[in-house]
Amino acid sequence: MSTEQPLLSIKNVYKVFGDDPEQAMKMLDEGHDKDSIFDKTGQTVGVMDASFSVNKGEIFVVMGLSGSGKSTMVRLLNRLIEPTSGSIELNGKNVTQLSSEELLQVRRKEMSMVFQSFALMPHMTVQDNTAFGLEISGVDQQERERRAKDSLSQVGLSGYEDSYPHQLSGGMQQRVGLARALANDPTILLMDEAFSALDPLIRTEMQDELVRLQREQERTIVFISHDLDEAIRIGDRIAIMEGGRVVQVGTPQEILRNPADDYVEMFFKGVDPGKVLKAGDVAERKPQEEIIGVFSGATDTDQDYQYVVDEAGTFLGLVNTREAPDELVSDFRSINAESLVNEVLDSVARSDYAVPVLDQAGCYQGNISKQQLLQTLHNA
Amino acid sequence: MSELSLLDPFQTLTIPLGEWVESALTYLVQNFRDFFRAIRWPIDQVLNGIEYCLQSVPPMIGIILMSLFGWQMAGKRMGLFCACILLSLGFLGVWSESMTTLSLVLTALFFCAVMGIPLGIWSSRSDRVERTVRPVLDAMQTLPAFVYLVPVVMLFGIGNVPGVLVTIVFALPPLVRLTNLGIRQVPEDKVEAALAFGCTNRQLLMKVQLPLAAPTIMAGVNQTLMLSLSMVVIASMISVGGLGQMVLRGIGRLDMGLATVGGVGLVLLAIFLDRLTQAMGDNSSTEKGHEGHWYEKGPVGLLLRVLGKSKKTKYAKKSVA
Ligand SMILES: Nc1ncnc2c1ncn2[C@@H]1O[C@H](COP(=O)(O)OP(=O)(O)O)[C@@H](O)[C@H]1O
Ligand SMILES: [Mg+2]
Repeated sequence: MSTEQPLLSIKNVYKVFGDDPEQAMKMLDEGHDKDSIFDKTGQTVGVMDASFSVNKGEIFVVMGLSGSGKSTMVRLLNRLIEPTSGSIELNGKNVTQLSSEELLQVRRKEMSMVFQSFALMPHMTVQDNTAFGLEISGVDQQERERRAKDSLSQVGLSGYEDSYPHQLSGGMQQRVGLARALANDPTILLMDEAFSALDPLIRTEMQDELVRLQREQERTIVFISHDLDEAIRIGDRIAIMEGGRVVQVGTPQEILRNPADDYVEMFFKGVDPGKVLKAGDVAERKPQEEIIGVFSGATDTDQDYQYVVDEAGTFLGLVNTREAPDELVSDFRSINAESLVNEVLDSVARSDYAVPVLDQAGCYQGNISKQQLLQTLHNA
Repeated sequence: MSELSLLDPFQTLTIPLGEWVESALTYLVQNFRDFFRAIRWPIDQVLNGIEYCLQSVPPMIGIILMSLFGWQMAGKRMGLFCACILLSLGFLGVWSESMTTLSLVLTALFFCAVMGIPLGIWSSRSDRVERTVRPVLDAMQTLPAFVYLVPVVMLFGIGNVPGVLVTIVFALPPLVRLTNLGIRQVPEDKVEAALAFGCTNRQLLMKVQLPLAAPTIMAGVNQTLMLSLSMVVIASMISVGGLGQMVLRGIGRLDMGLATVGGVGLVLLAIFLDRLTQAMGDNSSTEKGHEGHWYEKGPVGLLLRVLGKSKKTKYAKKSVA
């Protein structure tokens, strides 16, 4: 999955909308906040002191309420909006320093954007819309056609090449928007509230589709959203924005468990932890419950059950110390560490023992008892 | 009497605008003759070219060609409509005058497009240009034609070329305005998308802004044509030929018959041009005209289909043999 090397790193980026950004920057240095700067100078601080990095192959969600500066943030990345200060590095080159010719190349080859309003060209067919970016970069007709067809089939729109955007439903139009961005084969896909204008049902469908595409192609995606459920559903990591500031960056689990401040905590209040946390996150390991190495009978009879693991960490089975202390039970229930907590409720509830949690390779990660499960669901 | 009165200072203090204009004009006429001659030249060429084409084609052929054009642009009904209008012009006995007027109007349109569309594009890109251009356009549209008729005659003489010039002055503004408006009205998100995919300014203009502004620009073309036609009668005062002159002569001689025939001719021509450009505007709008490429429709489509069929049958025969 994601190798931990930042593809895009944003450092101390500011954007002031107005005619005298210098003055606003100075006031920010002096500790004035966004509102007082607006009152005194009439200038809006869109983004302030934003720093984060996006890893190769991850879906990075920027989340915040309306007006928190998300759209501004994503437009700073491809300089549709010029940053007031700070640096944006893509693959080691500083986007903020590029000449206009180099910037065009970055927009054509490295970053493609998908818009909330779809922003398709009404005078072009679906095929031509999809090939738009390629046409702009001067790719020849045949190649263009091939790649557009290819990316239309990736989003499930084969056969609609000759339709016009206004003949398609909203969901299909946004598929064209996605296909147009994919056709360029960009290093990073920027999506500004790409699914916010769609019906809930279509939206979930598109989210799943995006996650599937991302898995298949290992795309790096910066996804803007104001919808926390969406952010949690698709995001590998989330950056939370408030009033132009990035207040916290982390995986949904990290943020849920350790919110950086009251604002984030309040934000996550309504979230069902069962939908966010994975079995691996809540599994407990207690040394006295474990038998490591070759099994030759129960070792600690204070425990009702003991869990047997070999030296490599592979789970072998469990022992009922009360009823059969010498017998290794090998047809046991187990839980995949990647499952969401909500998906394992039934499994834990029906079991007499705390259910062992195993990762993909069969290694023991700990177990989940009924008590542990209830606490998890209650806590957040 | 010559004392300065505070209550009515305008008795003695006046700006001699009239005199200034007159002396400036005299100066221009005396020193820049060649320059104004040079301006005449391109107009003369275009006008003569168009008029030669329109006049040398026999009326029936002309009617058929123009009706086919109407059919191509906007379907069979439009073709039929064009044929009716043009036939009436013929039966009224004003075919030749109509063609003269049409060539004047088309020449004016040509120069309006060549100047007006770029100017419109320019002012859509810069608020400052728009602010400067706007009052000039206002002046061009509101200044009574008679005011500049005289200086134009002094500088360019009389005849068709100065007539076209006067017409351009009057008919240019809507094209500039509507080109500007059309481009400014292109939705922000489309422009943003184009830029996000790496369009240069030129690509943005050619691939997104102009196509999306096309219906509005066509409305500008339509307005320019209508204003040109309405200028024709006034222009005939500086001895411009065509339908306008018929009207003017009719009024001068109190010959109501002649004036009416000329007037009806003008109206028919106006309807013809109006319908045609309106249909072309609808064609270029985005919601309609998606039933296929232009060459798959109308007479050209028919021709291609017929040719295609004969080719196909040939191939079919060959493959059978
Ligand atoms: N072009 C602009 N000029 C002035 N202020 C702007 C401009 N664009 C955005 N803003 C302001 O910047 C702030 C952040 O806006 P935006 O990035 O659109 O937020 P979001 O996408 O999170 O809803 C808002 O207060 C908005 O009013
Ligand atoms: Mg937004």
